[in-house]
Amino acid sequence: MAWFRRGKKGIKAAVDKKDMPQGVWLKCRECTEILYRPELEKSHWVCQKCGYHFRISSRQYFQLLFDEGSFVEEDAGLRPSDPLHFRDSKKYKDRIVAAQTKTGLDDAIVSGRATVDGIPVSIAALDFSFMGGSMGSVVGERIARAAQRAIDARRGLITLSASGGARMQEGILSLMQMAKTSAMLAKLAEERLPHISILTDPTTGGVTASFASLGDVILAEPKALVGFAGPRVIRETINQELPEGFQRSEFLEAHGFVDRVVHRRDLNRTLATVLAFFGDAPMPTGRLRRRQDDH
Amino acid sequence: MSEGMGGWLDFERPLVELEQKIAEFRDFADGEKIEIRDELRRLETKAEKLRTQIFTGLTRWQRVQLARHPRRPYTLDYLQRLTGCFLELKGDRGFGDDRAIVGGLASFRGRKVMVVGHQKGRDIKAKLERNFGMPHPEGYRKALRLMEMAARFGRPIFTFIDTQGAYPGIAAEERGQSEAIARNLLVMARLPVPIVGIVIGEGGSGGALALGVCDRTFMQENSVYSVISPEGCAAILWGDRARAPEAAEALKVTAQDLSKLGVIDGIIPEPPGGAHRDVDAAATSVGDTLDSALAELEQLSPAELVEARLQRFLAMGSYLEDGLPKGLGHS
Repeated sequence: MAWFRRGKKGIKAAVDKKDMPQGVWLKCRECTEILYRPELEKSHWVCQKCGYHFRISSRQYFQLLFDEGSFVEEDAGLRPSDPLHFRDSKKYKDRIVAAQTKTGLDDAIVSGRATVDGIPVSIAALDFSFMGGSMGSVVGERIARAAQRAIDARRGLITLSASGGARMQEGILSLMQMAKTSAMLAKLAEERLPHISILTDPTTGGVTASFASLGDVILAEPKALVGFAGPRVIRETINQELPEGFQRSEFLEAHGFVDRVVHRRDLNRTLATVLAFFGDAPMPTGRLRRRQDDH
Repeated sequence: MSEGMGGWLDFERPLVELEQKIAEFRDFADGEKIEIRDELRRLETKAEKLRTQIFTGLTRWQRVQLARHPRRPYTLDYLQRLTGCFLELKGDRGFGDDRAIVGGLASFRGRKVMVVGHQKGRDIKAKLERNFGMPHPEGYRKALRLMEMAARFGRPIFTFIDTQGAYPGIAAEERGQSEAIARNLLVMARLPVPIVGIVIGEGGSGGALALGVCDRTFMQENSVYSVISPEGCAAILWGDRARAPEAAEALKVTAQDLSKLGVIDGIIPEPPGGAHRDVDAAATSVGDTLDSALAELEQLSPAELVEARLQRFLAMGSYLEDGLPKGLGHS
């Protein structure tokens, strides 16, 4: 099984080259503004002009969300296998190796524990750069284990999603991860522990139709694409153009499926507030930015 | 059979034609004559051989076609044959009644059970009414309402799974298709009554699984169950929906595949030529399976039932842990 092993030990930032071009000057994908990289890094990869949230890796989110140095990876020994011997133009096994090489990750998930304002949490975060953040057996298993660890240690669970849905290369087993993760969240809820789901661009398919939609509190980054069916599939099914803003976070908030659309810079404070509410820690005061449309 | 050749699959057509010839021959010829009897016997042997030839070693794509067969029995066809009494209950109490899912109170071989299932339509009008068996969120919410009701009154639940998938449309997204499916997965996982599910045709992705978190799941011999439709998979992999037959092979979508993987509990045999050739016989086999599965599950306490169901789904998966194979599908 040597081909499964990571070449280098240690943590590499999982950055999708397509999303995160190299060089000092970058173009915003939304407004085409030319942006200065150090500035962009300071603003957590949010375009200063139009507010476009660049796609970032789980590790970058951890820096943003958690107390410095508090993240500890758990269940890192899990690697994908190829139960169907799946092959299209490429073998699934080769796709796995290519994705591992590209991202430095073992699969589309990093999970573990950390603290937010001193409050311990379990975390399971998807990486879109690894095969579109798709959920196969490893993703499902690590989410289930993160939930179990949350139960064992009596702490809340945070899931952070960025995914095209279930991973077709693992066939029916990928579909079953939807049931597996949801079943564990039912158990977590019975234990009266909170699950906070953070939706980022994009979250669709089997991930939206399972754990990502089952947060006690569901937060979403601005303008993230969030839906069950992908826009292309819907367009082809109904044979008409989709309305402006369809399946974006704000659309979901308006229809009642997201608690709050939260700017990336406010994610940490929002999370800290929610976690404090559910636990023993005092609620932070006066530190949360109000959104214009809040009442 | 006076019908034309519409509604039959290409690969079963030679058999159906031969069978029609035999039927006509029997109707019009004088069966007393010895030479006619010999000729009939010869034709029937030929038909038998042809049937075996066609139906052994079906490709996965042919199974998909059988699962979608225009004559294939649907949920209500089974309920009509299996339940002494069936009282349909409608509506999600929030938005409306989704005709792509049916459910209600039923009696089944001396028991009282709640039944929910996807429902396709046979003719054009019915197909439209049933939205081709593709539910909107209110369909899943109706199913959930009925299943929770069953749990509250200690009645077991049967689910019949037969959908291309949950409907991908604007209204479905507005009303939270994802949330509706996810909620069913979460709640079904913990219902304290036995749940037995049968895939009777197409088990299309999340839209199927939303009725599929069961203590026992069986698939009919010619049914399929898949994470994505072969067409959808082919579109993504090769940008060509016409390559669906290849995708069906790669995805391993048949009852035989899922049984081998250990994802389902058994395969329910169908009459020769498929469930649509003898619906009564198909229904009897389904009924016997439901009966014995339920008898087994009734031995468990609600707490044991719920824990076993959780463990069942936790075991779903195939991966390596510290280099060692774990879970299903490693044989």
